[in-house]
Amino acid sequence: MGVAIVGVGQTPFRRNCGINIRELCFEAFKEALEDINLAPKEIDASVVCSAPEYDKQRSPAGLISEYLGLASKPTLYAESLCSSSSTGVRVGYSFIKSGLHEIVAVIGFQKMSEISSAEAQERMGRGADIQWESPFGTMMPAGYAMFARSHMHKYGTTEGQLAKIKVKSGKYALSNPLAMFRREVTLEECLKARVIASPLKMFDCCANADGASCVIMASEEKARKITDTPVRVAGIGAASDTLSTTSRTNLTGLDCAIQAGKQAYKMAHIEPKNVDVAEVHDCFTIAELMAYENLGFCKPGEGGKLIEESQTYIGGEIPVNVDGGLLSKGHPIGATGGSQIRTIVLQLQGRAGKTQVGGAEIGLVHNIGGIGLYGNVTILKR
Amino acid sequence: MSFERFGKIGFISETKVASFVKHLEDGKIMATRCSRCGKLYFPPRADCPDDLSTDMTWQQLSGRCKLLTYTTAHFAPTGFRDDVPYTIGLAECEEGVKVYALLSKDIDEKEMRIGMDLQVTPVRLPNSRITYELKKA
Ligand SMILES: [Zn+2]
Repeated sequence: MGVAIVGVGQTPFRRNCGINIRELCFEAFKEALEDINLAPKEIDASVVCSAPEYDKQRSPAGLISEYLGLASKPTLYAESLCSSSSTGVRVGYSFIKSGLHEIVAVIGFQKMSEISSAEAQERMGRGADIQWESPFGTMMPAGYAMFARSHMHKYGTTEGQLAKIKVKSGKYALSNPLAMFRREVTLEECLKARVIASPLKMFDCCANADGASCVIMASEEKARKITDTPVRVAGIGAASDTLSTTSRTNLTGLDCAIQAGKQAYKMAHIEPKNVDVAEVHDCFTIAELMAYENLGFCKPGEGGKLIEESQTYIGGEIPVNVDGGLLSKGHPIGATGGSQIRTIVLQLQGRAGKTQVGGAEIGLVHNIGGIGLYGNVTILKR
Repeated sequence: MSFERFGKIGFISETKVASFVKHLEDGKIMATRCSRCGKLYFPPRADCPDDLSTDMTWQQLSGRCKLLTYTTAHFAPTGFRDDVPYTIGLAECEEGVKVYALLSKDIDEKEMRIGMDLQVTPVRLPNSRITYELKKA
């Protein structure tokens, strides 16, 4: 028995959304149930996903489940930092595959404005090993910047190539009404922007946002009754790596993404070249470039050339992040994976509007938690 | 003897490897070695996951290392904002273990390059705190 996605939803990603987390989740849930033949009461379990350091509500699963009318059905909380909602989809897949449940709602959210910027600043430093790395003043951009520096040294990757990834992001964000930043950015603007953590500059980094996403999953048998256009989960891979930088051996790629990708390709019986459209975790430009290589869209070290040749634009070998990606959409941690899945589902259903990749049949979602700490790759088929 | 004096800002006070700080005050950078399988750990750890041994011995590192990668941070988390810009580096010691630390402020950013020779060195901080940093070899 296969597992399919029957509905997807997402709120706009924005700063200071002005509503509470239950209302945010409701917006995404409502969109996911629009135009499909499914009543909320038919959902028989829910998985709620966020990164708890931004939550004021203790154990949000119960609250969200109640507000969506799902109380009495089992619910639980899933967390893997920025890949929390992909982890939620993995849990949902297991629920359905095991026969425990037939229809599962995966709700991801983050209200990053829930805490003050001083509180956020304090939490920022504790994403690393708090005993041996946080005492040196590290943070997420610094972690990815060290990979960027290493990649440049080993392969000759340039700041201009990284900037071209942001230029692509800006172009496609114009067509995404849910993106936080909807404007084109020039190569010069990117290169002249202030340095955050060298060699990464402002436009190499994504921004915090508030938002929610929802993915409704069902057994294939149920899925056919719910919608005419179910999207099958063909492959699902997950891996982790060490939290400490000192234990890493690969400084030019994310091993957890390589492993998760291999698992997903094997399970889906496809190769990288069969992917028609992909969403990759571009929390930083270097993260997207490494994803090209780690997922096998090009050889290690050739990510710079791939973007240089515009091969990840629509019309190129493998269109990537044609919804603007995290770089333009914003990155509400727990909601991000669900948003990526929504984009691919819309692509495979032919509902992606101006950024539709013609004839897309196989899509891939690459969602990373932390600095290559948690890797999740999901392959979807029409 | 507590670990809480380690680093500019500390988050951990209790650990089985707290005496690392005492060694640091004596001018030594210490790793731990598993007595059963012989694996060397830095940062030091009290337990070996390969064979579940807790029989570890302290071993001093020479401090000689080469820079693997680095970044100069212009934004910082709480407690470090007055220090920007500062450079965080990852270096590989001649014993094979890696060290994550700040590069000494007396190394000019223009001089920094992957592969350069560095020396892990204990450094005393205000308020009787202590850390180590990567100095010019
Ligand atoms: Zn051992």
